[in-house]
Amino acid sequence: MTAPLPSPRLLPSGDAAITVEFGRVIDEQANRRVLALDRALADAPIDGITETVPTYRSLLVHYDPVRIGFDELGERLTTLARLRAPPTTRTRRWRIPVAYGGEHGIDLETIARTLNTTPDDIVARHVAGDYRVAMIGFTPGWSYLSGLDDSLQMPRRASPRLLTPAGAISIGGLQAGIQCLAGPSGWHLLGRTAMRTYRLHRDPVFLLEPGDAVTFYAVDGKQFTEQDRAAARGEFVAELVVS
Amino acid sequence: MSKLVAAAAGPATSVQDGGRYGVQRYGLTPSGAVDRLALAAANCLVGNPPFAAAIEVGPFGAAFVAREGKVRVALAGAVRNAEVAGHPVSFNESRTLGDGESLTLGFARDGTFSYLAIEGGVRGEPTFGSLAVNARAGLGSPFPRPLQAGDVLDVDAAKATIERRIDLPAVSDGPIRVVMGPQDDEFGEATDLFLRSEWKISATSDRMGYRLEGPVIKHLHDHNIVSDGTVNGSIQVPGNGQPIVLMPDRGTSGGYPKIATVITADLGRFAQIPAGHTFRFQAVTMTDAQAAARAMADLLQTLPDRAREVRNVDISDALQNANIAGSAVNAFDSGTWQTWTPPEP
Repeated sequence: MTAPLPSPRLLPSGDAAITVEFGRVIDEQANRRVLALDRALADAPIDGITETVPTYRSLLVHYDPVRIGFDELGERLTTLARLRAPPTTRTRRWRIPVAYGGEHGIDLETIARTLNTTPDDIVARHVAGDYRVAMIGFTPGWSYLSGLDDSLQMPRRASPRLLTPAGAISIGGLQAGIQCLAGPSGWHLLGRTAMRTYRLHRDPVFLLEPGDAVTFYAVDGKQFTEQDRAAARGEFVAELVVS
Repeated sequence: MSKLVAAAAGPATSVQDGGRYGVQRYGLTPSGAVDRLALAAANCLVGNPPFAAAIEVGPFGAAFVAREGKVRVALAGAVRNAEVAGHPVSFNESRTLGDGESLTLGFARDGTFSYLAIEGGVRGEPTFGSLAVNARAGLGSPFPRPLQAGDVLDVDAAKATIERRIDLPAVSDGPIRVVMGPQDDEFGEATDLFLRSEWKISATSDRMGYRLEGPVIKHLHDHNIVSDGTVNGSIQVPGNGQPIVLMPDRGTSGGYPKIATVITADLGRFAQIPAGHTFRFQAVTMTDAQAAARAMADLLQTLPDRAREVRNVDISDALQNANIAGSAVNAFDSGTWQTWTPPEP
């Protein structure tokens, strides 16, 4: 039998939530432990927990302080977090179409110049990546991916754009992202996908789950327009592979 | 069935309920009333469940007209001038609007948000169990946006003939209590400055976050952290050192260190502090914070016991005939309640 894993830090987020922190940097192992604890709580719920929010490096556990106190919940979470999770039996993999560059990815040329290479090379490196949904946050369906090629790491823009389009495919620091709704962003825009990670009145409303594997493939502007029409009708556009 | 027509509505007036929970893991923020006790009190007076959908009226004025029948309403939360046909309307008391009668509401005094509950609640299609407006995500019902002049809500015709009044415990004017963390270790000695300083609510505040003005709270290291989850009341400190208290329309995750978190029992009281007013924070232990949360839950549970009958309804013809919808508040653009865009992700 293997030794239990080290204890996470339990950080109070007020009197009705605990941040169970496995690391302070973006780290694949920490994220796997976050998702393993999240899965363990879904499989065997603790009374008083109202919902959980997985992030890159911590699990935010919301609870009702009338039903369970900080000390008791903290102890139970620590015990669960130190258990080794059984290996995941199934991985969902999404192949997501992206129209790179031009009007769809207005920062592609600048990034290529900054990194002393060509736009095609940037696209090739981005498409070659094997990503995982580390967390979803900020706005509905905004998916933060781990797995960005080291050579594509760039600081965020000095001044964030107040409005970037729905479906923006972007990179920022160590992170890659899929944006669903139009909104502010300080990341660099490489392209755009017609896939809607969030769409009300569709089943399911949310397509991606934390832990899902993601790869991208390039489409041209005409294909994007066709896919965008299909997505507007509620079609998924992206391909789902379960292995 | 009756109708309640919004004759005028300030920019921060929207349908809100107890909030939309269970989908924060997909980035969908809870929304819901910023002052849950005031929402519950207003609902209690018209016989609704505590967190039924009601109209959250922002700091500016609004006016509502009953059409095609009587509508029973109750006001709670931030006190303001409220009138029907020139006669004042009491807060924390239900009232029946006759067909054609209009209720006009002035600017909030000593608070920010008032709640107008309607007997039978607001009719709409819930998403993830809630009617609460989340304009950014295009959610909320019957309108996925703040209310505008001309909006018509389908509501139940007033049934009850007894009006009720509720007496709430006096609201503390003491410091806003916080539990330190989750990232107070990113600030070192600046946590003392945070706790001993006087803070002012900035005019650039909204349901996403209240920005604070005061001394600069310096970070020990970087002001960027790897994004993690937020809660209602999380106090983020961005690069400029001016804290932002996250409110129900917040992003579900954020990339700034969070120095402290407003306790559950003080969230509503904090939300009611008007722009421009000052306050202080006070750190409390988890034990004290959770005791206060339980006391608040008890108070919410016992609201119906606190309500009592005040009088029989007697809608005079004189009041029915006086329709002052046309003279509704018209000074919305003179206010300071602005919106801002968060610098994330």
